[in-house]
Amino acid sequence: MTQSKNTSFNWGKITESRLFFPLLALVLILLFDLIFIHGFYHIEIKQGHLYGNLIDVLRNAAPTMVLAMGMTLVIATGGVDLSVGAIMAIAASTACIMLNPNLVGIKLADVTREADPTYSFFPLWSVILIPLIIAGICGLWNGVLVAYGKIQPMVATLILMIAGRGIAQLVTNAIKIIIYNQTFLYLGNGWLFLLPFALFIAAFVFAITWLITRRTSLGMFIEAVGINARSSFYSGIDEKKIKLFVYVFCGICAGIAGMIAVSSIRTSDANQVGLYFELDAILAVIIGGTLLGNGGRFSLLASAIGALVIQATTTSSLAIGVPASALIAVKAVVVILVILLYSQQVRDFIQKITAQTVQEEEKS
Amino acid sequence: MAESSNDIVAMKGIYKSFPGVHALEDVDFTLRKGEIHALVGENGAGKSTLIKVLTGVERPNKGTITVNQHTTNIRSPQHAQALGISTVYQEVNLCLNLTVAENIMIGREPMKFGSIDWGAMNARARQILQRLDLDLDVTQTLGTCSVAIQQMAAIARALEISSARILILDEPTSSLTIHETEQLFAVMRKLKKTEGMPIIFITHFLNQVYEIADRITVLRNGRLVGTYATAALPPLELITKMIGRTITEFDDMTKLKRESSQHIKGDALLQAEGLGLTGSISPFDLELHAGEVVGLAGLLGSGRTELAQLLFGIEKPDSGSMTIDGKPVKDYSPLSSIDRGVALCPEDRKDAGVVGELTVRENIILAMQASLGWFKHLSTQEQYKIAEKYIKLLNISTPSVDQAVKNLSGGNQQKVILARWLATNPQLLILDEPTRGIDVGTKAEIQKLVLSLAEEGKSCLFISSELDEVLRTSHRIVVLRDHEKVTEYSGEVGERKIMQAIAGSEQP
Repeated sequence: MTQSKNTSFNWGKITESRLFFPLLALVLILLFDLIFIHGFYHIEIKQGHLYGNLIDVLRNAAPTMVLAMGMTLVIATGGVDLSVGAIMAIAASTACIMLNPNLVGIKLADVTREADPTYSFFPLWSVILIPLIIAGICGLWNGVLVAYGKIQPMVATLILMIAGRGIAQLVTNAIKIIIYNQTFLYLGNGWLFLLPFALFIAAFVFAITWLITRRTSLGMFIEAVGINARSSFYSGIDEKKIKLFVYVFCGICAGIAGMIAVSSIRTSDANQVGLYFELDAILAVIIGGTLLGNGGRFSLLASAIGALVIQATTTSSLAIGVPASALIAVKAVVVILVILLYSQQVRDFIQKITAQTVQEEEKS
Repeated sequence: MAESSNDIVAMKGIYKSFPGVHALEDVDFTLRKGEIHALVGENGAGKSTLIKVLTGVERPNKGTITVNQHTTNIRSPQHAQALGISTVYQEVNLCLNLTVAENIMIGREPMKFGSIDWGAMNARARQILQRLDLDLDVTQTLGTCSVAIQQMAAIARALEISSARILILDEPTSSLTIHETEQLFAVMRKLKKTEGMPIIFITHFLNQVYEIADRITVLRNGRLVGTYATAALPPLELITKMIGRTITEFDDMTKLKRESSQHIKGDALLQAEGLGLTGSISPFDLELHAGEVVGLAGLLGSGRTELAQLLFGIEKPDSGSMTIDGKPVKDYSPLSSIDRGVALCPEDRKDAGVVGELTVRENIILAMQASLGWFKHLSTQEQYKIAEKYIKLLNISTPSVDQAVKNLSGGNQQKVILARWLATNPQLLILDEPTRGIDVGTKAEIQKLVLSLAEEGKSCLFISSELDEVLRTSHRIVVLRDHEKVTEYSGEVGERKIMQAIAGSEQP
């Protein structure tokens, strides 16, 4: 009797952890790869860095991870940001045009120097900084609509989701821009200590987000606003400021993700950069266990693992030969499975079954 | 307790435990035909859990339940409803934007040609309400009705849903006025008399127990103390059984109040002149002194809460002015109020008080941290220190500092809110219905706390629907009626006089 109590208690404690379900999902996918995909785990050193499917997962997950950080905070306040994909495109287009305005027909410099791998019209630091500021302004727009305009987050951010791609098209005159600048390309294609550089950017964003939410009281305020905005207001928390902050922060994350993404595909196409990334980011956060619509308790680490789950699904699907066009259907299946695990009904059901098996074991 | 054929429900040897808590231990409960049976006990005594077991929300670990002579394993709320067990919960779950009829018939709307037959629905709703001796327009929006009518609608729905044979009312009177309570009791008596309906009545108002109940079952700490005929159990004995000790606090309180009145300072801490908000509360003058408890009496909806919200800056006034500590107030917001040393324990504990999923610790430090800002972050160590200090001071019973506050009983949640505000070290503490839905023992604790805070030199504005409570704690009493301050009494004044002022029938 005591023993059964102990085992069920520990089981409960483990499943209560925020990381349990995201990790379980990740392990299951990797297990699937181990059994069904020959050589999925093969890693070798090529051209001075690690090479293999697992490394691909890490590299490609970086933009989603960065997005998921901002998205986690937004969802924790009870909101959602649908516009991050469009903000990625705006930031990417801005960066590319700053690298070489001639390519879209703006004659600012005499020389074209089109394919010069060292050329950048504006200094490189500003090519990074200005798009981030613009992305922040995009987030500010969302934040003002949600916090001060009291518009439902889904509606408010839908505006920029639609309009944002148009803005990105305007910026680039609807021309696809090829990137030649090697330093900029390093963001999405570079390697550091055998690992993709983008992974370090994601880790950096994770660390910053963790510091500003958990080393200050901001994290608790975000959760309080998401759980009960009225109680938070009565306690002196400025709900509007909090909301404004999370949308601006989410916008900046989108800007960073946009530049990683455009750098890794080497071409800026306002219609393609960050397409459907908002869905990946939202799914990553949901897999990480933050409640969409309700908000409240959040875990950045769980969201980051959620992003890995999404990317592992994508990479594995491509590896077993799922056509890229059908990819989103496979993702849907994974997401449904994870979300079912979160459902209280399903949990009760699982608990019942495990309790029964424990009892049967005791009998025998 | 021999089983008789009169027993509609017999629960025997019920055990229920949650992780870390034994909510019910070996509890017996019987309900007879045609009786109103009061279930009483302090917060956390196990009343709610017992009801949840009976209504299929929770399943007992051990014990048998017999309904209508059949031993039944109540599997789910739906199953309980099928057995004819209907419950009206403390927090009324109604849709305020729908009509009365829609609320009563929701989920069971009569259909005609694939769409709702509105005529039949309204007629059916009217019929059910007539069963309760209520005659009202069922097509009006429920939100426009008084809380009492909303409560009646909830009862009507309970009767409709399961053609109820057993009715459970969980704290139905906690937000009703005296008159509305009478109305509800009339309905209960009618159901009992004409239909022989057994009713389980859960309440914290002991005078109501004596007014309406036939039998009383007392629970304490998850155990059964006993079931008694109301006539055979004098009130004082009942309280002793509920809290397991005799109350002397109430006597001490009068003494305490008298002593503390000597410390009242002459200069006003807060001075409001012509402060008001159109459509909310008419302009009023108010002076509060350090070391003083001022009671705010008036009916529900008389503007008490609105006045408190104005003083705390939830709403901004559109006339008049206010000074605190001699300094004029310019910025009306909760945050600036906290900085001025004003605190408000709101009336609506669930919606405006606790942040459910946050821990007890986080709830306690929330306001303090909010006034410190984003970056002056209290370290976890400091947070624990503060939380533990107030848990001890206010005697908050929680399994741990890191328990989510929503898992605490109502009374303990209220204490957590009090702790949140005491932690900000306020000069003026506004308490809006701090004892609503709280057991006798905790009530006395809170009243005592208010007086001892006054003695420390704090000023308290004490709002309550329970007049005896206001009288017991307050040095001065302000009466509100119809969103207007009508009068003010200082010192000792009779209950009758205040009642008249509240009702608007005072003699000049």
